[in-house]
Amino acid sequence: MNAVLRHRLLWPAVVLAALLLTNLLFTGTFFAVQMRDGHLYGSLIDIVRFGAPLILVALGMTLVIATGGIDLSVGSVVSISGALACLRISGMDDQNTVSGVVAAAGLGLVLSLALGVWNGLLVAGVGIQPIIATLILMVAGRGLAQLITDGQIITVNSGPYKLIGGGYWLTLPFGIIIVLAVLALTAVLTRRLALGLLIESVGGNAEASRLAGIRSRGVIIAVYTFAALCAGVAGLMISSNVSSADGNNAGLWIELDAILAVVIGGTSLAGGRFSLGGTVLGALIIQTLTTTIYSIGVPPETTLLFKALVVTVVCLLQSPAFREKAFHRRRRPVTAPPAAEEKVRVPA
Amino acid sequence: MFKRISALLLAGAVTMTMAGCGGDGGSGGSADDGKITMGFSQVGAESGWRTANTKSVQGAAAAAGVTLKFSDAQQKQENQIKAIRSYIQQKVDVIAFSPVVESGWDTVLKEAKNASIPVILTDRAVDSADTSLYKTFLGSDFVEEGRKAGTWLTEEFKDSKDPVNIVELQGTTGSAPANDRKAGFAEVIGADPKFKVIASQTGDFTRAKGKEVMEAFLKANPDIDVLYAHNDDMGLGAIEAIEGAGKVPGKDIKIITIDAVKDGMQALADGKISYIVECSPLLGPQLMDLAAKAVKGESIPARVVTEETTFTQEQAKEALPSRQY
Repeated sequence: MNAVLRHRLLWPAVVLAALLLTNLLFTGTFFAVQMRDGHLYGSLIDIVRFGAPLILVALGMTLVIATGGIDLSVGSVVSISGALACLRISGMDDQNTVSGVVAAAGLGLVLSLALGVWNGLLVAGVGIQPIIATLILMVAGRGLAQLITDGQIITVNSGPYKLIGGGYWLTLPFGIIIVLAVLALTAVLTRRLALGLLIESVGGNAEASRLAGIRSRGVIIAVYTFAALCAGVAGLMISSNVSSADGNNAGLWIELDAILAVVIGGTSLAGGRFSLGGTVLGALIIQTLTTTIYSIGVPPETTLLFKALVVTVVCLLQSPAFREKAFHRRRRPVTAPPAAEEKVRVPA
Repeated sequence: MFKRISALLLAGAVTMTMAGCGGDGGSGGSADDGKITMGFSQVGAESGWRTANTKSVQGAAAAAGVTLKFSDAQQKQENQIKAIRSYIQQKVDVIAFSPVVESGWDTVLKEAKNASIPVILTDRAVDSADTSLYKTFLGSDFVEEGRKAGTWLTEEFKDSKDPVNIVELQGTTGSAPANDRKAGFAEVIGADPKFKVIASQTGDFTRAKGKEVMEAFLKANPDIDVLYAHNDDMGLGAIEAIEGAGKVPGKDIKIITIDAVKDGMQALADGKISYIVECSPLLGPQLMDLAAKAVKGESIPARVVTEETTFTQEQAKEALPSRQY
């Protein structure tokens, strides 16, 4: 019991549960998951489905932040990879050939990889501050995406491409399967092999790691490349979900949501320690929050304030110093923990 | 903010330089060959709508025998101010532009006025208190578009006794089209209490957000009769959500959108959208007409609304092959 109470992810989990319960109050059928047209259908499925791109981007961001860096360019990479893939598909004679779609998606991913290597080289090779190095691509990348789409929204009509972000496989949304695969791969690479330790070591002290015989540079380039690859896949998902590429708006501000997800998940922005499970939880909280806003009908003028309030509550609950002050003094009255939950619901 | 201040400083500096050079004597130069020269400063090329707008102006100028000096501001006010200044120096007969932002135009518009060059605003307005700085504003009336959408809805459901549940996908919060399209629609349907807007949320004018918000609407409100989307793109995203929920768009849920871009018209012709209110970018011919009048010194109304129409599914099938954008 004590172990559960002290677990790092207890409070994010509590907030997620509180958000879901809030929805249940407004929509009685919120937890209902049905089979429809041979696939699962329901609000909970929606949350993971629309949250899938954010989870992916946040996973990449987690490793970058673990090395003490940050990647602001992922939103631009999202729009570039979707734009390139859609452009390629829209130029095909038969948009429904699987091989053509795979090639187009591959093209988008290869470009994403190249952009990731570029970021990594700027940070590790040239030694530019990560926030500045990736800011370059954040700004230039949107322009590049618009150059690819010629400033237009490219609409495609391709069954196989639709599958990536909008389709279903084995009754599950395909995007979730991709996320699970990437999550499993990342977990194995970082937790079963030494890679995770190396990343944490570089994040703790890059110079000391280098002196200890770790190739810090290689590790840093690898994490930026991985982050860009994740963003590239997310870009394919987002454009595939609506069968169109919008260079202006696809993945706009997703980098900020991803950073928030990482922080909510308990990974320190100073680097050196990371939690993949926490990041997934953080991304789910953000997406659930968005869905909640739509479901319970928060007026558009106040949605940002509502989001800010919930995020503030999460961050305060995450802070040991705040918990110490808020709860320990009031431990004796038994009502203290429910009071915390009340706070989450107040703005609703 | 910084940009705006620096643009103003720049504007001030250039005005002083010009004053220092003795000004241009205020004669107002128009070449006497009878041909009109127009300087046109476009916002940029951010969407298919805008590209069609540019093509319309260029085509209409060629057809009307107007010499067009065209510049693209790439979404930057300072570029636009620069372009307008260069038009003033070249002594064009008339200046037209779509302002990137609403404020900060007084100085450069005064310069044009002092040079006796008439200015016509297209598509977007400016907030200058002194309306004598420009001749007219040619553009869509967003409130009227909302009203047209509402009017069709009240016609369509006039025989129905049951309450009509409406969900609304708004444009970007705070933008003029979103505010006005919402207000015009609400004004018309407000007359009959059976019309109820049960959910209204912003979809940021994008397909992805339109789809995401509609998914949530569908789960939270099992009984939706009508979707009103402030542009085609959000409507197109919502169609996918409705199909995913096992309902038939255009049938189980009637869909009204605004804009009439090609993808939207295609969906209308396919019966997925029920009705589209046009927001036309093809204001070129009207612009040339107004420009000719302004140059001759004839009086023109201070506000001219773009000639726009509405489309039902049958009309869309006819109009689709000749659709330019």
